[in-house]
Amino acid sequence: MREGAAEGGRPRLEARGLACVRGGRVLFRGLGLAVGDGELLLVEGPNGAGKTTLLRVLCGLREPEAGEVRWEGLPLRRAGMAFRASVVYVGHAPGLKDDLTALENLAVAAALGGRVPAIEPREALERVGLGGRAHVRAGALSAGQRRRLGLARLLVRPAPLWVLDEPLSAVDRAGAGLVADLLRGHLDAGGLAVVTSHAPLGVPGERVRVLRLEGAA
Amino acid sequence: MSAGAAGAFGALVRRDLLLAWRRRGDRLVPLAFFVMVTALFPLGVSPERAVLATLAPGVVWVGAVLATLLGMDTLFRSDLEDGTLEQMLLSPLPAPVLVLAKVLAHWLVTGLPLVLAGPVLAGALHLPAQAQPVLVAGLLLGTPALSLVGAVGASLTVGLRRGGMLLPVLLLPLYVPVLTFGAGAVAAAAAGLPAAGHLYALGAILALAATLAPWAAAAGLRISVA
Repeated sequence: MREGAAEGGRPRLEARGLACVRGGRVLFRGLGLAVGDGELLLVEGPNGAGKTTLLRVLCGLREPEAGEVRWEGLPLRRAGMAFRASVVYVGHAPGLKDDLTALENLAVAAALGGRVPAIEPREALERVGLGGRAHVRAGALSAGQRRRLGLARLLVRPAPLWVLDEPLSAVDRAGAGLVADLLRGHLDAGGLAVVTSHAPLGVPGERVRVLRLEGAA
Repeated sequence: MSAGAAGAFGALVRRDLLLAWRRRGDRLVPLAFFVMVTALFPLGVSPERAVLATLAPGVVWVGAVLATLLGMDTLFRSDLEDGTLEQMLLSPLPAPVLVLAKVLAHWLVTGLPLVLAGPVLAGALHLPAQAQPVLVAGLLLGTPALSLVGAVGASLTVGLRRGGMLLPVLLLPLYVPVLTFGAGAVAAAAAGLPAAGHLYALGAILALAATLAPWAAAAGLRISVA
Protein backbone atom coordinates (compact mmCIF):
# COMPACT_ATOMS: atom_id res chain seq x y z
CA MET A 1 0.00 0.00 0.00
CA ARG A 2 1.32 3.39 -0.95
CA GLU A 3 1.93 5.77 1.87
CA GLY A 4 -0.32 8.77 2.22
CA ALA A 5 -3.28 7.18 0.49
CA ALA A 6 -6.65 8.10 1.92
CA GLU A 7 -8.31 5.71 4.31
CA GLY A 8 -9.40 2.46 2.75
CA GLY A 9 -6.89 3.01 -0.05
CA ARG A 10 -9.22 5.32 -1.92
CA PRO A 11 -7.64 7.61 -4.48
CA ARG A 12 -7.14 11.10 -3.09
CA LEU A 13 -8.64 12.88 -6.05
CA GLU A 14 -11.92 11.56 -7.36
CA ALA A 15 -14.63 12.87 -9.62
CA ARG A 16 -17.97 11.35 -10.45
CA GLY A 17 -20.62 12.17 -13.01
CA LEU A 18 -18.99 15.43 -14.11
CA ALA A 19 -20.74 17.43 -16.78
CA CYS A 20 -19.69 20.76 -18.20
CA VAL A 21 -21.46 23.04 -20.63
CA ARG A 22 -19.82 25.92 -22.42
CA GLY A 23 -21.55 28.24 -24.81
CA GLY A 24 -24.63 25.99 -24.86
CA ARG A 25 -22.53 23.00 -25.88
CA VAL A 26 -22.01 19.95 -23.69
CA LEU A 27 -18.26 19.43 -23.39
CA PHE A 28 -18.55 16.19 -21.47
CA ARG A 29 -21.03 14.42 -19.24
CA GLY A 30 -20.96 11.48 -16.89
CA LEU A 31 -17.21 11.82 -16.59
CA GLY A 32 -15.54 9.98 -13.74
CA LEU A 33 -11.89 9.84 -12.79
CA ALA A 34 -9.64 8.88 -9.92
CA VAL A 35 -6.03 9.77 -9.28
CA GLY A 36 -4.03 8.09 -6.54
CA ASP A 37 -0.71 8.92 -4.94
CA GLY A 38 2.21 8.86 -7.33
CA GLU A 39 -0.07 8.87 -10.36
CA LEU A 40 -0.29 11.24 -13.27
CA LEU A 41 -3.54 11.68 -15.14
CA LEU A 42 -2.88 12.78 -18.69
CA VAL A 43 -5.93 14.47 -20.18
CA GLU A 44 -5.96 14.16 -23.95
CA GLY A 45 -8.28 15.31 -26.64
CA PRO A 46 -8.67 17.63 -29.61
CA ASN A 47 -8.83 21.40 -29.23
CA GLY A 48 -12.14 22.46 -27.74
CA ALA A 49 -12.78 19.08 -26.12
CA GLY A 50 -12.87 20.70 -22.70
CA LYS A 51 -9.44 19.82 -21.32
CA THR A 52 -8.83 23.22 -19.76
CA THR A 53 -12.39 23.34 -18.45
CA LEU A 54 -11.91 19.96 -16.79
CA LEU A 55 -8.67 21.11 -15.19
CA ARG A 56 -10.35 24.24 -13.85
CA VAL A 57 -13.14 22.12 -12.42
CA LEU A 58 -10.64 19.81 -10.77
CA CYS A 59 -8.86 22.65 -9.02
CA GLY A 60 -12.10 24.26 -7.94
CA LEU A 61 -11.99 27.38 -10.11
CA ARG A 62 -15.18 26.37 -11.86
CA GLU A 63 -18.28 24.56 -10.71
CA PRO A 64 -19.34 21.64 -12.89
CA GLU A 65 -22.90 21.64 -14.20
CA ALA A 66 -23.36 18.21 -12.64
CA GLY A 67 -21.35 15.78 -10.55
CA GLU A 68 -18.75 16.47 -7.93
CA VAL A 69 -15.04 16.40 -7.29
CA ARG A 70 -13.74 14.95 -4.05
CA TRP A 71 -10.38 15.52 -2.41
CA GLU A 72 -9.49 12.98 0.28
CA GLY A 73 -13.12 11.95 0.35
CA LEU A 74 -14.56 15.43 0.84
CA PRO A 75 -16.37 17.48 -1.82
CA LEU A 76 -14.15 20.41 -2.88
CA ARG A 77 -16.49 23.00 -1.47
CA ARG A 78 -16.32 21.41 1.97
CA ALA A 79 -12.62 20.65 1.78
CA GLY A 80 -12.19 24.41 1.18
CA MET A 81 -8.92 25.80 2.44
CA ALA A 82 -7.44 22.36 3.12
CA PHE A 83 -7.89 21.58 -0.58
CA ARG A 84 -6.59 24.92 -1.79
CA ALA A 85 -3.48 24.39 0.34
CA SER A 86 -2.98 21.07 -1.49
CA VAL A 87 -3.19 22.22 -5.08
CA VAL A 88 -0.99 24.27 -7.37
CA TYR A 89 -2.42 25.23 -10.75
CA VAL A 90 -0.30 26.40 -13.65
CA GLY A 91 -2.74 27.40 -16.34
CA HIS A 92 -2.72 29.09 -19.72
CA ALA A 93 -2.44 32.50 -18.12
CA PRO A 94 1.02 32.66 -16.60
CA GLY A 95 -0.12 34.31 -13.35
CA LEU A 96 2.69 36.84 -13.62
CA LYS A 97 2.78 40.60 -13.29
CA ASP A 98 4.70 42.01 -16.25
CA ASP A 99 5.87 45.02 -14.24
CA LEU A 100 7.37 42.93 -11.45
CA THR A 101 10.73 41.19 -11.66
CA ALA A 102 10.95 37.40 -11.77
CA LEU A 103 11.96 37.33 -8.12
CA GLU A 104 9.19 39.70 -7.00
CA ASN A 105 6.60 37.62 -8.84
CA LEU A 106 7.76 34.46 -7.18
CA ALA A 107 7.90 36.07 -3.73
CA VAL A 108 4.23 37.09 -4.03
CA ALA A 109 3.31 33.59 -5.18
CA ALA A 110 5.12 32.16 -2.16
CA ALA A 111 3.34 34.57 0.21
CA LEU A 112 -0.03 33.55 -1.26
CA GLY A 113 0.84 29.98 -0.33
CA GLY A 114 0.36 31.06 3.26
CA ARG A 115 3.24 28.97 4.55
CA VAL A 116 6.98 29.24 4.67
CA PRO A 117 8.10 28.41 1.13
CA ALA A 118 9.64 24.98 0.58
CA ILE A 119 12.71 26.58 -0.92
CA GLU A 120 13.72 30.21 -1.24
CA PRO A 121 12.32 31.94 -4.34
CA ARG A 122 15.86 32.71 -5.50
CA GLU A 123 16.82 29.05 -5.29
CA ALA A 124 13.67 28.08 -7.20
CA LEU A 125 14.74 30.48 -9.96
CA GLU A 126 18.11 28.74 -10.14
CA ARG A 127 16.38 25.38 -10.42
CA VAL A 128 14.25 26.46 -13.37
CA GLY A 129 17.24 28.05 -15.09
CA LEU A 130 16.35 31.68 -14.46
CA GLY A 131 19.06 32.38 -11.88
CA GLY A 132 20.53 35.16 -14.00
CA ARG A 133 17.15 36.71 -14.71
CA ALA A 134 16.00 37.30 -11.12
CA HIS A 135 15.84 41.08 -11.50
CA VAL A 136 14.45 41.22 -15.01
CA ARG A 137 10.82 42.25 -15.29
CA ALA A 138 8.56 39.39 -16.28
CA GLY A 139 7.30 41.40 -19.24
CA ALA A 140 10.82 41.40 -20.70
CA LEU A 141 11.22 37.60 -20.47
CA SER A 142 10.62 35.35 -23.47
CA ALA A 143 7.53 33.15 -23.64
CA GLY A 144 9.56 30.11 -22.66
CA GLN A 145 11.18 31.90 -19.76
CA ARG A 146 7.78 33.09 -18.54
CA ARG A 147 6.61 29.50 -18.69
CA ARG A 148 9.58 28.45 -16.56
CA LEU A 149 8.84 31.22 -14.09
CA GLY A 150 5.26 29.97 -13.82
CA LEU A 151 6.56 26.47 -13.17
CA ALA A 152 8.85 27.77 -10.43
CA ARG A 153 5.66 28.21 -8.39
CA LEU A 154 5.56 24.42 -8.12
CA LEU A 155 8.81 24.59 -6.20
CA VAL A 156 8.07 27.39 -3.75
CA ARG A 157 4.61 26.11 -2.89
CA PRO A 158 4.80 22.49 -1.84
CA ALA A 159 1.49 20.79 -2.64
CA PRO A 160 0.50 17.18 -3.28
CA LEU A 161 -1.66 17.95 -6.31
CA TRP A 162 -0.28 19.62 -9.42
CA VAL A 163 -2.69 20.70 -12.12
CA LEU A 164 -0.76 21.71 -15.22
CA ASP A 165 -2.30 23.00 -18.43
CA GLU A 166 0.08 22.46 -21.35
CA PRO A 167 3.28 22.84 -19.32
CA LEU A 168 5.36 22.17 -22.43
CA SER A 169 3.96 24.97 -24.56
CA ALA A 170 6.65 27.48 -25.53
CA VAL A 171 9.48 25.75 -23.65
CA ASP A 172 12.61 24.52 -25.44
CA ARG A 173 14.08 21.03 -25.19
CA ALA A 174 15.90 21.83 -21.95
CA GLY A 175 12.63 23.23 -20.58
CA ALA A 176 10.84 20.00 -21.48
CA GLY A 177 13.56 18.11 -19.62
CA LEU A 178 13.00 20.36 -16.63
CA VAL A 179 9.25 19.65 -16.66
CA ALA A 180 9.96 15.91 -16.87
CA ASP A 181 12.39 16.14 -13.93
CA LEU A 182 9.93 18.11 -11.84
CA LEU A 183 7.11 15.70 -12.58
CA ARG A 184 9.19 12.59 -11.91
CA GLY A 185 10.42 13.98 -8.59
CA HIS A 186 6.88 14.94 -7.61
CA LEU A 187 5.40 11.53 -8.47
CA ASP A 188 8.26 9.66 -6.80
CA ALA A 189 7.52 11.61 -3.62
CA GLY A 190 3.91 10.38 -3.77
CA GLY A 191 2.46 13.47 -5.41
CA LEU A 192 -0.45 13.57 -7.83
CA ALA A 193 -0.63 15.38 -11.13
CA VAL A 194 -3.29 16.14 -13.68
CA VAL A 195 -1.75 17.36 -16.90
CA THR A 196 -2.76 18.24 -20.43
CA SER A 197 -0.07 18.05 -23.06
CA HIS A 198 0.30 17.60 -26.77
CA ALA A 199 3.93 16.55 -26.44
CA PRO A 200 5.37 13.54 -24.58
CA LEU A 201 5.95 14.38 -20.92
CA GLY A 202 8.89 12.06 -20.31
CA VAL A 203 7.31 10.35 -17.33
CA PRO A 204 7.52 6.54 -16.89
CA GLY A 205 4.50 4.95 -18.53
CA GLU A 206 3.42 2.89 -15.53
CA ARG A 207 2.74 6.08 -13.60
CA VAL A 208 0.57 7.60 -16.29
CA ARG A 209 -3.14 7.10 -16.78
CA VAL A 210 -4.77 8.56 -19.82
CA LEU A 211 -8.18 10.17 -19.96
CA ARG A 212 -9.38 10.91 -23.46
CA LEU A 213 -11.98 13.60 -24.04
CA GLU A 214 -13.56 13.11 -27.42
CA GLY A 215 -15.26 16.46 -27.65
CA ALA A 216 -18.96 15.61 -27.98
CA ALA A 217 -20.29 17.23 -31.12
CA MET B 1 -5.75 36.60 11.23
CA SER B 2 -3.11 33.91 11.00
CA ALA B 3 0.54 34.75 10.35
CA GLY B 4 0.21 33.39 6.82
CA ALA B 5 -2.81 35.55 6.05
CA ALA B 6 -1.11 38.63 7.50
CA GLY B 7 1.98 37.91 5.42
CA ALA B 8 -0.03 37.49 2.24
CA PHE B 9 -2.07 40.63 3.03
CA GLY B 10 1.14 42.61 3.37
CA ALA B 11 2.67 41.05 0.27
CA LEU B 12 -0.38 41.91 -1.85
CA VAL B 13 -0.57 45.51 -0.59
CA ARG B 14 3.15 45.93 -1.30
CA ARG B 15 2.78 44.32 -4.71
CA ASP B 16 -0.06 46.59 -5.79
CA LEU B 17 1.68 49.71 -4.48
CA LEU B 18 4.84 48.70 -6.32
CA LEU B 19 2.86 48.12 -9.51
CA ALA B 20 1.16 51.49 -9.10
CA TRP B 21 4.56 53.12 -8.62
CA ARG B 22 5.95 51.51 -11.76
CA ARG B 23 2.92 52.77 -13.69
CA ARG B 24 2.59 56.02 -11.81
CA GLY B 25 1.48 57.98 -14.86
CA ASP B 26 -1.71 55.90 -15.15
CA ARG B 27 -2.55 56.28 -11.49
CA LEU B 28 -2.54 60.07 -11.64
CA VAL B 29 -5.45 60.13 -14.08
CA PRO B 30 -8.25 60.03 -11.43
CA LEU B 31 -6.61 62.89 -9.55
CA ALA B 32 -6.23 64.96 -12.72
CA PHE B 33 -9.86 64.19 -13.55
CA PHE B 34 -10.93 65.34 -10.08
CA VAL B 35 -9.12 68.66 -10.52
CA MET B 36 -10.56 69.22 -13.98
CA VAL B 37 -14.16 68.40 -13.08
CA THR B 38 -14.12 70.87 -10.21
CA ALA B 39 -12.46 73.48 -12.42
CA LEU B 40 -15.35 73.23 -14.90
CA PHE B 41 -17.86 74.74 -12.49
CA PRO B 42 -16.40 78.25 -12.21
CA LEU B 43 -16.13 78.20 -16.01
CA GLY B 44 -19.55 76.75 -16.74
CA VAL B 45 -21.76 78.11 -13.96
CA SER B 46 -20.38 81.30 -12.53
CA PRO B 47 -17.07 82.58 -11.24
CA GLU B 48 -18.90 84.55 -8.55
CA ARG B 49 -17.61 83.95 -5.06
CA ALA B 50 -21.01 83.52 -3.35
CA VAL B 51 -22.28 81.08 -5.98
CA LEU B 52 -19.14 78.96 -5.87
CA ALA B 53 -19.13 78.84 -2.08
CA THR B 54 -22.67 77.42 -2.15
CA LEU B 55 -21.78 74.89 -4.83
CA ALA B 56 -18.42 73.86 -3.36
CA PRO B 57 -19.52 70.99 -1.05
CA GLY B 58 -21.51 69.28 -3.78
CA VAL B 59 -18.99 69.95 -6.52
CA VAL B 60 -16.03 68.55 -4.58
CA TRP B 61 -17.96 65.47 -3.53
CA VAL B 62 -19.37 64.78 -6.99
CA GLY B 63 -15.87 65.19 -8.36
CA ALA B 64 -14.49 62.72 -5.81
CA VAL B 65 -17.22 60.17 -6.59
CA LEU B 66 -16.67 60.43 -10.34
CA ALA B 67 -12.89 60.23 -9.96
CA THR B 68 -13.25 57.08 -7.85
CA LEU B 69 -15.50 55.54 -10.50
CA LEU B 70 -12.96 56.28 -13.19
CA GLY B 71 -10.33 53.99 -11.71
CA MET B 72 -12.64 51.30 -10.37
CA ASP B 73 -12.73 49.09 -13.44
CA THR B 74 -8.96 48.58 -13.31
CA LEU B 75 -9.08 47.11 -9.79
CA PHE B 76 -9.29 43.47 -10.86
CA ARG B 77 -9.06 43.64 -14.66
CA SER B 78 -5.33 43.24 -15.13
CA ASP B 79 -5.28 40.52 -12.46
CA LEU B 80 -7.92 38.61 -14.40
CA GLU B 81 -6.07 39.02 -17.69
CA ASP B 82 -2.67 37.86 -16.47
CA GLY B 83 -4.00 34.99 -14.36
CA THR B 84 -2.89 36.35 -10.98
CA LEU B 85 -6.55 36.60 -9.96
CA GLU B 86 -7.11 32.86 -10.27
CA GLN B 87 -3.90 32.29 -8.34
CA MET B 88 -5.26 34.57 -5.65
CA LEU B 89 -8.51 32.61 -5.46
CA LEU B 90 -6.59 29.32 -5.33
CA SER B 91 -4.60 30.52 -2.34
CA PRO B 92 -5.41 28.66 0.87
CA LEU B 93 -5.87 32.03 2.55
CA PRO B 94 -9.34 33.51 2.88
CA ALA B 95 -10.22 35.36 -0.33
CA PRO B 96 -11.96 38.25 1.52
CA VAL B 97 -8.67 39.08 3.25
CA LEU B 98 -6.89 39.19 -0.11
CA VAL B 99 -9.67 41.33 -1.59
CA LEU B 100 -9.34 43.71 1.34
CA ALA B 101 -5.60 43.99 0.63
CA LYS B 102 -6.31 44.95 -2.96
CA VAL B 103 -8.93 47.51 -1.93
CA LEU B 104 -6.57 49.04 0.63
CA ALA B 105 -3.80 49.41 -1.95
CA HIS B 106 -6.31 50.86 -4.42
CA TRP B 107 -7.54 53.39 -1.88
CA LEU B 108 -4.00 54.42 -0.94
CA VAL B 109 -3.25 55.06 -4.60
CA THR B 110 -6.50 56.68 -5.78
CA GLY B 111 -8.56 57.58 -2.70
CA LEU B 112 -5.95 59.19 -0.49
CA PRO B 113 -4.82 61.70 -3.16
CA LEU B 114 -8.47 62.77 -3.47
CA VAL B 115 -8.64 63.32 0.30
CA LEU B 116 -5.53 65.47 0.11
CA ALA B 117 -6.61 67.39 -2.98
CA GLY B 118 -10.18 67.95 -1.73
CA PRO B 119 -9.48 70.86 0.64
CA VAL B 120 -7.27 72.59 -1.92
CA LEU B 121 -9.98 72.48 -4.55
CA ALA B 122 -12.68 73.44 -2.05
CA GLY B 123 -10.54 76.42 -1.03
CA ALA B 124 -10.29 77.46 -4.64
CA LEU B 125 -14.10 77.37 -4.78
CA HIS B 126 -14.22 79.68 -1.73
CA LEU B 127 -15.54 77.13 0.73
CA PRO B 128 -15.52 78.78 4.18
CA ALA B 129 -12.49 77.74 6.19
CA GLN B 130 -14.54 76.39 9.09
CA ALA B 131 -15.98 73.68 6.81
CA GLN B 132 -12.58 72.38 5.68
CA PRO B 133 -11.95 69.96 8.61
CA VAL B 134 -15.39 68.45 8.06
CA LEU B 135 -14.65 68.03 4.36
CA VAL B 136 -11.41 66.19 5.11
CA ALA B 137 -13.05 64.00 7.77
CA GLY B 138 -15.92 63.21 5.40
CA LEU B 139 -13.56 62.30 2.55
CA LEU B 140 -11.47 60.15 4.89
CA LEU B 141 -14.56 58.17 5.87
CA GLY B 142 -16.30 58.28 2.52
CA THR B 143 -13.63 57.45 -0.06
CA PRO B 144 -12.69 54.07 1.49
CA ALA B 145 -16.40 53.21 1.48
CA LEU B 146 -16.54 54.16 -2.22
CA SER B 147 -13.55 51.88 -2.91
CA LEU B 148 -15.09 48.99 -0.98
CA VAL B 149 -18.50 49.25 -2.64
CA GLY B 150 -16.77 49.75 -5.97
CA ALA B 151 -14.84 46.51 -5.46
CA VAL B 152 -18.12 44.59 -5.29
CA GLY B 153 -19.25 46.08 -8.58
CA ALA B 154 -15.84 45.59 -10.18
CA SER B 155 -15.77 41.95 -9.08
CA LEU B 156 -19.02 41.33 -10.93
CA THR B 157 -18.19 43.18 -14.14
CA VAL B 158 -14.55 42.15 -14.49
CA GLY B 159 -15.53 39.01 -16.39
CA LEU B 160 -17.51 41.01 -18.95
CA ARG B 161 -15.69 42.35 -21.96
CA ARG B 162 -17.52 45.68 -21.79
CA GLY B 163 -17.70 45.71 -18.01
CA GLY B 164 -16.06 49.12 -17.96
CA MET B 165 -19.17 50.63 -19.54
CA LEU B 166 -21.58 48.92 -17.18
CA LEU B 167 -19.74 49.60 -13.95
CA PRO B 168 -20.54 53.33 -13.51
CA VAL B 169 -24.24 52.68 -14.11
CA LEU B 170 -24.15 49.89 -11.55
CA LEU B 171 -22.22 51.84 -8.93
CA LEU B 172 -23.58 55.39 -9.12
CA PRO B 173 -26.88 54.57 -7.35
CA LEU B 174 -24.91 52.82 -4.61
CA TYR B 175 -22.69 55.86 -4.20
CA VAL B 176 -25.67 58.17 -3.53
CA PRO B 177 -25.75 57.72 0.27
CA VAL B 178 -22.04 58.49 0.61
CA LEU B 179 -22.47 61.52 -1.63
CA THR B 180 -25.48 62.92 0.24
CA PHE B 181 -24.00 62.50 3.70
CA GLY B 182 -20.57 63.69 2.58
CA ALA B 183 -21.78 66.80 0.80
CA GLY B 184 -24.43 67.35 3.49
CA ALA B 185 -21.79 67.39 6.22
CA VAL B 186 -19.75 70.05 4.41
CA ALA B 187 -22.81 72.17 3.63
CA ALA B 188 -23.92 72.00 7.25
CA ALA B 189 -20.47 73.01 8.50
CA ALA B 190 -20.31 75.86 5.98
CA ALA B 191 -23.65 77.14 7.30
CA GLY B 192 -22.32 76.97 10.86
CA LEU B 193 -24.47 73.96 11.79
CA PRO B 194 -23.21 70.79 13.52
CA ALA B 195 -22.05 68.15 11.03
CA ALA B 196 -21.41 65.28 13.43
CA GLY B 197 -24.60 63.43 12.48
CA HIS B 198 -23.60 63.27 8.83
CA LEU B 199 -20.11 62.08 9.74
CA TYR B 200 -21.51 59.37 12.00
CA ALA B 201 -23.65 58.16 9.12
CA LEU B 202 -20.58 58.08 6.88
CA GLY B 203 -18.73 56.12 9.55
CA ALA B 204 -21.58 53.64 9.75
CA ILE B 205 -21.57 53.21 5.98
CA LEU B 206 -17.81 52.61 6.06
CA ALA B 207 -18.13 50.05 8.86
CA LEU B 208 -20.87 48.24 6.97
CA ALA B 209 -18.93 48.31 3.70
CA ALA B 210 -15.73 47.11 5.36
CA THR B 211 -17.48 44.12 6.92
CA LEU B 212 -19.62 43.05 3.98
CA ALA B 213 -17.91 44.19 0.79
CA PRO B 214 -14.82 41.91 0.97
CA TRP B 215 -17.04 38.84 1.21
CA ALA B 216 -19.36 39.99 -1.54
CA ALA B 217 -16.44 40.91 -3.80
CA ALA B 218 -14.74 37.56 -3.17
CA ALA B 219 -17.95 35.78 -4.17
CA GLY B 220 -18.25 38.00 -7.24
CA LEU B 221 -14.70 37.16 -8.28
CA ARG B 222 -15.35 33.43 -7.99
CA ILE B 223 -18.24 33.86 -10.41
CA SER B 224 -16.16 36.01 -12.74
CA VAL B 225 -13.22 33.61 -13.10
CA ALA B 226 -15.44 30.55 -13.65
